[in-house]
Amino acid sequence: MHGIRPRQKITQADWAGYMAQRLEKAHNPAIQNFFGTLLPDPDTPISQVPMVALDMETTGLDERRHAIVSVGIVPFTLDRIKLAERRYWVVNPSRPLAEASIAYHHITHSEIAQAPDLEAILDELLMQLAGRLVVVHFRNIERPFLDAAVNARRGEGVLFPMIDTMSLEARLHRQTLWARFRRWLGRPPVSIRLNASRERYGLPVYQGHHALVDALATAELLQAQIATHYRPETPLKDLWC
Amino acid sequence: MDVELLEIRQHMGRFPPFDGLSDDLLDAIAEQVEVSYFKNGSTILVLNETLNDLCYIRSGAVEVYRSKGELYNRLGEGDIFGHFSLLRNHKVRFPAEAIEDTLIYFIPNAVFQRLCEEDDNFADFVELERPRLETIAEQQKKSNDMMVTRIRKLLTRYPVMVETSTSVQLAAQQMSEAQASALLVIKEGSDNPRFSFQDSEGRTWQMCGILTDSDFRTRVVADGLSPQTPVGEVISSRLITVQSDASVNEAMLTMLRNNVHHLPVLYRQRPVGVVHLSDIIRYETHSGLYLVSNIFNQSSAQGLARLAPDVRAAFVRMVQEGANSQMVGSALSTIGRSFTRRLLEMAEAELGPPPVPYCFMVNGSMARNEQSIVTDQDNALILSDEFNPEQHDEYFLAMAKIVSDGLDACGYTYCKGDVMATNTQWRQPLSVWKRYFQDWMANPTPERLLHSSIFFDLDSCYGEDHYVEALQDQIAQTAPQSPLFLAAMARNALNRTPPLGFFRTFVMEQDGKHNNSINLKRRGTAPMVDLVRIHALACGSKAQNSFQRLNDISQTQLLATGMSDKLSYAFEFLCMSRLRHQMIDLQEDRLPDNNIEPENVEDSERHTLKDAFQVLSNAQKFLKFRYPMPAQRQGR
Repeated sequence: MHGIRPRQKITQADWAGYMAQRLEKAHNPAIQNFFGTLLPDPDTPISQVPMVALDMETTGLDERRHAIVSVGIVPFTLDRIKLAERRYWVVNPSRPLAEASIAYHHITHSEIAQAPDLEAILDELLMQLAGRLVVVHFRNIERPFLDAAVNARRGEGVLFPMIDTMSLEARLHRQTLWARFRRWLGRPPVSIRLNASRERYGLPVYQGHHALVDALATAELLQAQIATHYRPETPLKDLWC
Repeated sequence: MDVELLEIRQHMGRFPPFDGLSDDLLDAIAEQVEVSYFKNGSTILVLNETLNDLCYIRSGAVEVYRSKGELYNRLGEGDIFGHFSLLRNHKVRFPAEAIEDTLIYFIPNAVFQRLCEEDDNFADFVELERPRLETIAEQQKKSNDMMVTRIRKLLTRYPVMVETSTSVQLAAQQMSEAQASALLVIKEGSDNPRFSFQDSEGRTWQMCGILTDSDFRTRVVADGLSPQTPVGEVISSRLITVQSDASVNEAMLTMLRNNVHHLPVLYRQRPVGVVHLSDIIRYETHSGLYLVSNIFNQSSAQGLARLAPDVRAAFVRMVQEGANSQMVGSALSTIGRSFTRRLLEMAEAELGPPPVPYCFMVNGSMARNEQSIVTDQDNALILSDEFNPEQHDEYFLAMAKIVSDGLDACGYTYCKGDVMATNTQWRQPLSVWKRYFQDWMANPTPERLLHSSIFFDLDSCYGEDHYVEALQDQIAQTAPQSPLFLAAMARNALNRTPPLGFFRTFVMEQDGKHNNSINLKRRGTAPMVDLVRIHALACGSKAQNSFQRLNDISQTQLLATGMSDKLSYAFEFLCMSRLRHQMIDLQEDRLPDNNIEPENVEDSERHTLKDAFQVLSNAQKFLKFRYPMPAQRQGR
C-alpha cells in the first residue's frame, strides 16, 4: 500500500483488561457505554459471537491528514448477515475533498455539503458497535481513522479488537511456506484485496468502494473464510487482533 | 432507494419471477434480504426443519432433493427454492445442499407473503406448477381469438392520390413512378360525407373514385381521349371500399360481390391503402385452405411433392400468428390426410376400382390430429371380409406402395417400425383386425404392445369409415375391463421419462447428468400422449385427440379434480415449445427436428418447461400406481 507510513502495531494480548482499563478512565458517556458493554469472552466459539462488519470511505490514507467521508455497518453472525439492520452515513470530512478520492468513492461535494459532521452520528455509531465484534478488511485504515476521529471530537479515542479478513487471507497466502517459496521464485504475491479474496471463495463481484457494499462484502468474506479454513467452534481469540 | 442496495436489486431484477416485479417491491426485497455463505458440500436446508425464508441463489449452485434423498432439481444463479415449504407449513419438504461455494439471499417470509399478495405473477410462479402453465395457455387462447387477420395487415403503403383536375397523362406518369396499379382520385371540399376526410393540414377532401390500370385501357385509350382530359371525367362514380379492420375474408367477398379487383381501404373515412385481389391471393397461397384445394388439383405424385415448401410456409405462418397447438396440429393433419386421399384417388385411377371395399386407416399423430412438421407415416389397410389374398392382394399392395412412396416424396418419411399398409401384416380384412385388437388386449405383454400400441390411435382417412368405427367401438368396450392390458400399456408409457428440467444451459437428467439438448417429442409430448391414451382407454373414450381425450377423462372420477386441466396445460405448452422451435429451425433454414437447445430457450419458457416436465413426471408416477401389474402375471 503506497503512501502509508509505517505504524506501530497495535497488539493487545489482553483486550478485556485493556477495555476495562479504558472504561475506568472514560469521561464521555458514549465512550463509557462503549467500553462498558462487554465483548464475548476470547474462548467463545465464533458461531456464538455477534459481529458487525464495518467499512469507511476516507479522503485519503493518512488519518492525520485525511478524514472519514462515509461509514457503513452491517450486523451479522456466522449464520446470517442482516441487511435490514444495516446503517450507512455520509459525513462531512471538514477537510477539502481531493478529486481523486471522489473518483474512488463516488461521493460528491454536494452530498457532503449537506452531510452532518461525524460528531452527529458518533453516539449512534458507537452504540451499534458496542458489544459486537467489529469485522473489517484491512484494519490499518478503520482502526486509526476511527480512533483519531473520536479523539478529535471527544478528547479520548476508541481502540478495540477487530477481526481483519485481510489478515486472515495474509495468514493463508503470505505467511505460509508455500508463499515464501513463491516469493523466492519471484512470483507476485497472491492478492489479498477484498475482491480478489472474495473470488477465491466463489463470491460474486460487487461494485466496490461504497462503505456499505464493502461492509457487506467483508461480512460475506468472513463467513466464507470460516466455512473454508476454520470451524464454527473456532474460539474468537484465534481470529481477532 | 438506497444506492447501496442497488447491487442486490439489480441482480434479482434480472431473474424470474423478480423480473416482473415493480421497482417498489424489488426495493422492499433488497431492504430485507439476509445473506449467508455455504461452502461446497454443506447443507442449506434440512428435511422437516422450520423454514422462514425464501432462498435465492446469488452465486453458486444448489441441489434440491426429495424426502427420500432422490435428486429433485439442480439450481443455479438467480433460481429460488424453499417456496413450497413457505406455502405449506414452513417445514422443509425438499432438503437442499450447496454443490458449489454458494451465496444465498434469504427473503423473509413476511416479504414473501407480501409479494404473493401484491403481485399475481409472482404468486403464480411460486404457487404450483398449474397456475403458471394455465396463465400461459390462457394467454395463447386469447391471442387466437383475435387471430382473424385484418385487411390492414396486407397493406404495404399509402395510396397514390391525385386531384380530379389532374390530366390523365400526368396521373399515368405518377402511377408509373409509384409502381401502383391504381390511383385514388380526390377533390377539395365535401359533397358526400361518407367519403370525405381531412388531411394532416386540416383541409377537407372528397374521395371521388379510383382509377386503375385497366381503366386507362378501357376508358382512356380505347375511347381515344386526349391525354389532357382531367381524371375526374373518366372515373366511375361507383366507389366500393372496405374498412381497415375488416377481415381478409370479408375484403375478398366484397371484391367478388362487386366484381372489382381493387379495393380502397379506409380507416374511418381516411384512405390508408388499396388492396388488389392478387394481394389476397398471395396471402391465401400461404394458408392451409388454399393448400388443401391445391392438393386436390394435383395430378401426379411429383406435383404433390412440389407442395412441400407451401406446407412449411403455412406452418411457419400459423405458429407466427399465434395459433395454438390444436389448430396447428389439426391443420397439418388435414393437409396430411389430403395428401393421402389424393394419392389414393390417383392409385384408384391408375389401378382401376378396388376389387373389394376397403378403408385406409391412419394411426399415430395423424389419427390424433396432432401432426407437426416433423413426422413419419403410420397407416394401414382394413379390407372387406370378402377379401381373398390370392385374388385381391396384388391390387392393395400396389395401392399401398403408391401411397407410401407418394407420402415419402411429400416429406412424410417411411415409418421406421414398418407400420404401413405396405406391410402384409397391416393389410388385412376387418375380422383379422378385430382379432388383432382382441388378442392385444386379452394377452398383452409390454413387449408385444410396444410395437402395436401405435394402433390404439386410429382414424379413417378414406373409404369405408365404419370399418375403423367398428374397431374403435371394440376397443372402447374391451379396454376398460382389461386391467392387465392397461398395466402393460402403463409400463410402456413409463419407458420415456421427462428430464428434470434445466440447469444453466443444460438439460438435467434424473441421474444428475447433463445433456446439451433435449428431444421434446421423445421426452415430453410423446410420453404425455401415451399417458393420456391409457386413461382414455381406461374410461372407454373413443376420442383420438389428446385434448378431447383429456376432456372425456375429466368427465370421470379417474383423475383428481383439476388434474386433467393441469395435464392439458402442460401438454399444450410442450407442444407449443416444440412447434416454436421447429418454426425457428425453418426460418433459419435448418432441417426442423424435435430437439431444443436450452441456450435458445428464454428464461420464462425455461421455467414453464420445467413446470410442464414436473406435471408429466408426477402424472407418470400416478400411472404406475393406478394401473399396477396384476400379481399373478408378474415375473413373466
